Amino acid sequence: MAVSAIQLPFDEMLAKAKTLRRHIINMTTAAASGHPSSSLSAVEVVTALYFGGFLRLDPKHPADPARDRFILSKGHAVPVLYAAMAERGYFTSEETMSLRKLGSPFEGHPNMKRMAGIEASTGSLGQGLSLGVGQALACRLDKRDSRVFVMIGDGEMGEGQVWEAIAAAAKYKLSNLIAIIDQNGYQQTGATKDVLDLKPFADKIAPFGWHTQTIEGNNLQAALDALKVAVAQTDRPSVIVSQTQKGYGILPVLAEEGDLNYHGKPLSAKLAEKALALLN
Amino acid sequence: MGIGELSGYKLGQATRDAFGEELEKLGASYPNVVVVDGDVGNSTRTEPFAKAFPERAFNVGIAESNMVSVAGGLAAAGKTPVVASFACFLMCNAFDQIRMSVAFPNCNVKLVGSHAGISIGEDGPSQMGIEDVGLACSLPGVAVIVPADGVSARKATQAMLDHQGPTYLRLGRPKAPVIYDDGLKFEIGKAIPLRDGGDVTLIANGIMVPIAMDAAQLLAQKGIEARVLDMHTVKPLDRDAVIKAAKETGAIVVAEEHLRHGGLGSAVAQTVVETHPVPMGFVDVGDCYAESGDPMGLLDKYGLTAEKIVATVEQVKSR
Repeated sequence: MAVSAIQLPFDEMLAKAKTLRRHIINMTTAAASGHPSSSLSAVEVVTALYFGGFLRLDPKHPADPARDRFILSKGHAVPVLYAAMAERGYFTSEETMSLRKLGSPFEGHPNMKRMAGIEASTGSLGQGLSLGVGQALACRLDKRDSRVFVMIGDGEMGEGQVWEAIAAAAKYKLSNLIAIIDQNGYQQTGATKDVLDLKPFADKIAPFGWHTQTIEGNNLQAALDALKVAVAQTDRPSVIVSQTQKGYGILPVLAEEGDLNYHGKPLSAKLAEKALALLN
Repeated sequence: MGIGELSGYKLGQATRDAFGEELEKLGASYPNVVVVDGDVGNSTRTEPFAKAFPERAFNVGIAESNMVSVAGGLAAAGKTPVVASFACFLMCNAFDQIRMSVAFPNCNVKLVGSHAGISIGEDGPSQMGIEDVGLACSLPGVAVIVPADGVSARKATQAMLDHQGPTYLRLGRPKAPVIYDDGLKFEIGKAIPLRDGGDVTLIANGIMVPIAMDAAQLLAQKGIEARVLDMHTVKPLDRDAVIKAAKETGAIVVAEEHLRHGGLGSAVAQTVVETHPVPMGFVDVGDCYAESGDPMGLLDKYGLTAEKIVATVEQVKSR
């Protein structure tokens, strides 16, 4: 057995993205809590990682040291991770319907102690990139070509620790570390530009010594292209500023509700029905 | 009179020096061990390891939060990171990182806090780790070790590397009296009996161990025979030794270079009240911050002395 990446044809990947969105809505509506809109913005990048030929994994041997790592630092978006892992064969999508229920390993934020294949326990924002730096250093020490991908929220960039990690990754020229900022423009209480505006991310991170790209992150082809460039870097870490829309895929439903942030709340059964209709 | 002089102890290595030498010595036979430093390696004494094994040492700069989470990532990928800083900056600055990146995932990270206690002296209270043991003990699954002298610090260093799971090793800055010889058997979670007696038990760790031994000498002059336990592991606590002491000596005084709340005294008292309640007393920094000054003057002013232990024993025995 060995780790391997899956690369689906583009149209199948598009369909997979829709499937992930349906899983996200189904599991959060069943849980009657969670962060569907924060999960939906990240779907294209996560689809590209898992099904676009990037993450080399073996769901049967989730701790294989040769694997690539995906750390979801914005841990509240974990439904997108469970959805992708289900489609990748770690478990069934039916199992993810126990999200947030007592006794279920599908916790409200990723818990690596309770689920093989989860690379980091996150949920206290700001720590994922540092964890990724540690994993990338370990892979390099072990002379493995494993890559470490870390997804961070744009609101999360307010945590000073992220910038400590950016500096450290540059110091060690961690070309096996790829950060993705899911810039969906909103955080808990409002628009990120109003709460704590740290844009433009690429212009700020590049001088640390990072390779930077800024893309339309809900464009699957753009995500694939950017990841391809990122993993080809040989002398520095790479960041993809993925400009997305929170709740992408069901925006008409959120617009009708008059809340394009829709932070930290599930869709009612009625709204979920409308949303799922959009995704069919 | 110096610490431990009454007990015939000679001044030896600081616990941080012993740790640093031992870490370097063990480096070759523990290839998974790596060091993560917040630019204080020449103070915490991880520097010799970093010089001997440069590819296994990472100085991430003055950024304790990142330092701890980087260690968590290294551990998640199979390394045994030793992450060292001043006790106060490690435990207080990076507490949430220790919670989320180390304790919650139960990663095999070795936290090392040097310059603990008020005996660091002149640098003053901002540099004194006196909350660290309480913070460390509050975290599920973290073993908390406070060695008393150079020999036990060496043994504790190896025990820490052999232990599976997160640990916190607390080290001091000043030279410490030599209590043990190299034949010491050191086991995490197992108190070391230093003196037997039937009238009271003195339970101490760190620099307070030789001070407790001095106190036992003074008490003997007054006809009180004190048992002395080096309780180098605060968590998991050696409950058997505590219960035995309560039953056999009927009174316990705990001495530690830490704040009153959450340290060794709290741990011992919880065990005593739920098993065999006996009168207890506490010798510690109390509920206040200290100040700059010479180490001996500070210990004297803040009551971390043999005389204070004696007075506390007399008060406890009179209840």
